[in-house]
Amino acid sequence: MSLAGESNGAGVGAAPAREKTSPESEVVIDCHIRELYYGTFKAVRDTTIPIVKKSITAFIGPSGCGKSTVLRCLNRMNDLVRGFRFEGHVKYGGQDIYLPSVDPVAVRRYIGMVFQQPNPFATSIFNNVAFGLRLNGYKGDVGERVEQALKQAGLWEEVKDKLHKSGLSLSGGQQQRLCIARAIATQPGVLLMDEPCSALDPVATRKIEELMLELKKRYTIAIVTHNLHQAQRVADRTGFLYVDTTQGGRTGYLVEFGESAQIFGDPQEKHTKEYIRGEFS
Amino acid sequence: MSTLDQQLPNSADDMNPFAEVDFFDLEKSLRRPRTLMSVLLSGLVTVMTLLALGPLFSVVWMLFWRGGRKLSIAVFTQLPPSALEAGGGFGNAIAGTLIMIVIATLITVPVGVLSAVFLAKAKPEDKLAQAVRFAAKVLTGFPSILAGVFAYGAIVLLTGGFSAIAGSVAVSILMLPTILLTAEDAIRMVPVKMVEAAIGMGATETQTAWMVLLPTALPGILTGVMLAIARGAGETAPLLFTSLFSNYWPATNGHLNLMQPTASLAVLIYNFAGMPFENQVELAWAAALVLVLLVLITNLAGQALSSRQVR
Ligand SMILES: Nc1ncnc2c1ncn2[C@@H]1O[C@H](COP(=O)(O)OP(=O)(O)OP(=O)(O)O)[C@@H](O)[C@H]1O
Ligand SMILES: [Mg+2]
Repeated sequence: MSLAGESNGAGVGAAPAREKTSPESEVVIDCHIRELYYGTFKAVRDTTIPIVKKSITAFIGPSGCGKSTVLRCLNRMNDLVRGFRFEGHVKYGGQDIYLPSVDPVAVRRYIGMVFQQPNPFATSIFNNVAFGLRLNGYKGDVGERVEQALKQAGLWEEVKDKLHKSGLSLSGGQQQRLCIARAIATQPGVLLMDEPCSALDPVATRKIEELMLELKKRYTIAIVTHNLHQAQRVADRTGFLYVDTTQGGRTGYLVEFGESAQIFGDPQEKHTKEYIRGEFS
Repeated sequence: MSTLDQQLPNSADDMNPFAEVDFFDLEKSLRRPRTLMSVLLSGLVTVMTLLALGPLFSVVWMLFWRGGRKLSIAVFTQLPPSALEAGGGFGNAIAGTLIMIVIATLITVPVGVLSAVFLAKAKPEDKLAQAVRFAAKVLTGFPSILAGVFAYGAIVLLTGGFSAIAGSVAVSILMLPTILLTAEDAIRMVPVKMVEAAIGMGATETQTAWMVLLPTALPGILTGVMLAIARGAGETAPLLFTSLFSNYWPATNGHLNLMQPTASLAVLIYNFAGMPFENQVELAWAAALVLVLLVLITNLAGQALSSRQVR
């Protein structure tokens, strides 16, 4: 059966082609979570996800299975959560970012993040995008980099005449693209996106998806999504996380990981099959 | 026959969707308890509002009427007159009040705002934060005269004389808790997602505080500062023990001198209002008006400053 093929011909057809564009298949982030706790609550176990350079990796799964948790592990955002404890490793370019000698602040400058809710700062559009540059004490032409980031985020045409206006005055979809521009202005190695389209309408969602495909040429992207069609449309690889609440457990784990075409076209695991069938019917 | 027809009721009476509603019940009528109650309460609210506005407006009107008559350039440039002398002004008192408020603000804003950042970021069970917050809350209700007594003991006795500095310290004690607590609230109001955005970009805690927390909380912080200034500028009691009063400019040999007794509007009003001389009493009214206007101007300036931010 080819569910994927029917709902979006380009999705499957394009996946192998995409593969060819990055033949090295170089793993930038090698993530292995043995156990992850919030206080005494074990949120995630046994999850290994390799994130390949200049490709899009999607995490899917039912609500509460730990997708956001895994994603936030990748740039140590979970450090903000009190009681967070982690066993395993996350290696960025071979370097374990959870070693005590590593500064999480520096990690986050290499691994940027776009959140579920658009969260621009209460300052001008320009300053929003320039934020990361200023953090890093960027010496070059800030204006040029801001323009470039806004162009890459597909927002330039809409805001070029009102760069001094507040970022909060934009529409939801524009705000989300502003946040993407802000994240890519510093040209991070990896971009993490946690349900970047959940607050957006289909048109804005499409724009962001096109943008992700465009950004993939330069950046490595990991995305959490509830929208399986979206994962199918944009992701090269997909990981399915699951939490079996019927068995009383609340700990999420990775069930299956592979090429998107395979996960959506020919899932191997029972849970994956059920989940994907449920979502598509 | 279509299904639609079957569902329709056959009698004309039943077809009226409002058949169940008693139209008389919808009418407004004073005989109805709910309408009566509503009218009575609306009336009560109006009366109470007028009652509250009455004193408020008469004070402002009195102030402008009695203070306005005396207002002239001379008032701003001249020194207070002696007992039976005509004319004169209170330029030195305006200068003294401005100087002391500026110094007090320079002391309290950095201390208050930075401690507010600490309080807002501290863990809930942090003992030091709890202690500071408790002290600040107690201090908001602190009798102002005690601030004066404290500054008297801490500065006046130590430096050997009344001074503008001592006055500023006394006023600072009164301003600090307001600034601290409003700034903490304003910083807490900054959405967590903005902080997350900054941290996610690789901002350090210091950078997050400077570049996100404080700018976003600025309007709230400024409101607190304005409130504190309004309170500090009007206080008389603490100044009686600290800066006292002076009939001269707060300068010696043409240079600003902060270590001598200094005039202030509040103390001038206190001194002159009780005097049996027409001229002095009128000057007191004019000084009161100037004090109110000064506070008003700072408030407007603060608002303009915070709204100059992009929106
Ligand atoms: N800050 C936190 N403190 C304690 N527990 C948390 C925290 N964040 C998440 N959890 C718990 O960890 C588990 C996984 O949460 P997570 O947010 O990763 O799920 P998710 O897969 O992203 O769900 P959703 O699709 O609804 O966003 C949940 O049981 C959740 O209650
Ligand atoms: Mg989530």
